[in-house]
Amino acid sequence: MDAQNLTYLFVFLSFSLYIGIAIWSKAGSTSEFYVASGGVHPIANGMATAADWMSAASFISMAGIIAFMGYDGTVYLMGWTGGYVILALLLAPYLRKFGQFTVPDFFGSRYYSTSARVVAVICLIVISFTYVAGQMRGVGIVFSQFLNIPIFWGVIVGMSIVFMYAVLGGMKGITYTQVAQYCVLIFAYLVPAIFISLMITGIPIPQLGLGAEVNDGTGLSVLQKLDNTLIELGFSAYTEGVKSKIDVFAITMALMIGTAGLPHVIVRFFTVPKVSDARKSAGYALLFIALLYTTAPAVGAFARLNFVETIHNTSYTQVADWFKSWESIGLIGWKDKNQDGKIQYHPGAPFEGKPSFAEDRRPDGSREVTNKPTESKNEVYVDRDIMVLANPEIAALPAWVIALVAAGGLAAALSTAAGLLLVISTSVSHDLMKQTLAKGLTDRQELFFARLAAAVAILIAGYLGIDPPGFVAQVVAFAFGLAAASLFPAILLGIFDRRMNKEGAISGMACGLIFCFSYIVFFKFVSPELNSADHWWFGISPEGIGTIGALLNLAISLAVSRLTAAPPPSVVALVDEIRIPKGAMSPTNSH
Amino acid sequence: MQGEKDYWQANLKLVAKLLTIWFLVSFGFGIILVDQLNQIPFFGFKLGFWWAQQGSIYVFIGLIFYYVRKMKQIDKTFEVSDDEEE
Repeated sequence: MDAQNLTYLFVFLSFSLYIGIAIWSKAGSTSEFYVASGGVHPIANGMATAADWMSAASFISMAGIIAFMGYDGTVYLMGWTGGYVILALLLAPYLRKFGQFTVPDFFGSRYYSTSARVVAVICLIVISFTYVAGQMRGVGIVFSQFLNIPIFWGVIVGMSIVFMYAVLGGMKGITYTQVAQYCVLIFAYLVPAIFISLMITGIPIPQLGLGAEVNDGTGLSVLQKLDNTLIELGFSAYTEGVKSKIDVFAITMALMIGTAGLPHVIVRFFTVPKVSDARKSAGYALLFIALLYTTAPAVGAFARLNFVETIHNTSYTQVADWFKSWESIGLIGWKDKNQDGKIQYHPGAPFEGKPSFAEDRRPDGSREVTNKPTESKNEVYVDRDIMVLANPEIAALPAWVIALVAAGGLAAALSTAAGLLLVISTSVSHDLMKQTLAKGLTDRQELFFARLAAAVAILIAGYLGIDPPGFVAQVVAFAFGLAAASLFPAILLGIFDRRMNKEGAISGMACGLIFCFSYIVFFKFVSPELNSADHWWFGISPEGIGTIGALLNLAISLAVSRLTAAPPPSVVALVDEIRIPKGAMSPTNSH
Repeated sequence: MQGEKDYWQANLKLVAKLLTIWFLVSFGFGIILVDQLNQIPFFGFKLGFWWAQQGSIYVFIGLIFYYVRKMKQIDKTFEVSDDEEE
């Protein structure tokens, strides 16, 4: 069977599995729909959290980003794992003890006001929609590249699958589907990584292979060879970055506390039976995530080495087939500036913007790029996203591995999309309807609204996936920056500062949010030409500004709370209560 | 109530200790001191680079599981555990 048919088969099998789980785990009550009745085993929850967390970006894009950023890629590796330490030590156990359905629930009770709840709902919806659009796009890309299905139909298929298990099963369906999706995606990620590590170093464990000698007889380690090769071509060393230290610091911190403040991650800890399980489950989640995150830098380095060696100074007629197949869908572009028929790879953009191609091919069969060339000697444009997807082809792995990677990419995108859609729908049905606008709803009516909201959210997400506004990629910084600057400090203070009151929390959130929002919008949209280290405040890029936003939030919350009335005794009692693990009840009983 | 206060203090002390290590391995070794540590070879890696892209993540996992174990003991000592069976 060829790669295409195998891919159809793998995708079909994995989708059938997800739908089967959805039917088996249909939710009957709001408690099942929102938090799977709080009865999920910590290991299962760890896997579900890992799948929830690892999106199309982690699976498809991250290794490619690291391959091209080298040391600077560290911000994603540490930023997206270190957040779990904060989550486990500072948030998860207490929020589990609090024992409600949603993150805005915590804001509503702890800050004794509907406005705090509504502010939280707004932050949550903005963060989640930003994210989910990217997932649907990821689904579309995998379908179009592996199965030759147009992105439109790819997104429709993806939407229908998520619709099945998110709308029917709610949190219960999502949790058990995510466990299955974790298994699919981690297997799909590790298999090619192991093969490539074996091929380049002879060592089957990628984490060790990254430090091992390349088996080409030079006696150099992978990283030494990569450093040497890249420096020779005019790049900076792979193991040394070009970003300033303060910016690396700020971005890493913003991603860490942003991670800890993301509602779809936090809500996963509402689903375990006990406080001690919430702690354990954070540990398992990180363990399962780290399997992929410690493999990614190895995949990145191997891919970069392979890439350079395959294409540099190779004539187009002799270059490997994968180069041509990715060129034909426009993710690679080659402009033979010096007219020698060979591909030269150097730093800098080869031409302005993304490649646009002429109708006719050049005599050697390559596609004619019509963009205006730059001064740089570089002739190659490459989309970073292809690194993981093209890896099996670059390493000449069997067809079933390629099929596996396609199924894995879909699992990563769908699991994250479902988790996000669930927090959107619960915040609408529970926080906006039941707790704010229509307080008299019965459990059945609320469940109906939850399903309706999930269905509407899927349609909007699908639309954003098919017809993404040009700035989707740019606004990812929003999600983390906003979570870091708004939700995280308010939750943290709500647990650790008994004196914190609603005036402090709301003004802190508002300032953090507005500050980050303005900074990002200014540099990304209003004056993108000023978006460089010379103009940034303290040399911190828009990606890292969440760190400053969070500090600002903390400072303002503390100052305002000390100048205004103390919170009522019942709220102080609530804080004392959530600090003690004893007596954690499942949300059904406390509701 | 004194018991609950002591419990909270013990909890804060543990969390502070673990977060210090968290900061040291990631921001310390992986970012602030990375150039100095990169002078030291470590199993084919530069040490600073290894901390940034591998070591810190392993320590993160260790920290959470250590916290789980320690908190279990602290919960028991102060009789606030939610584990009825044990």
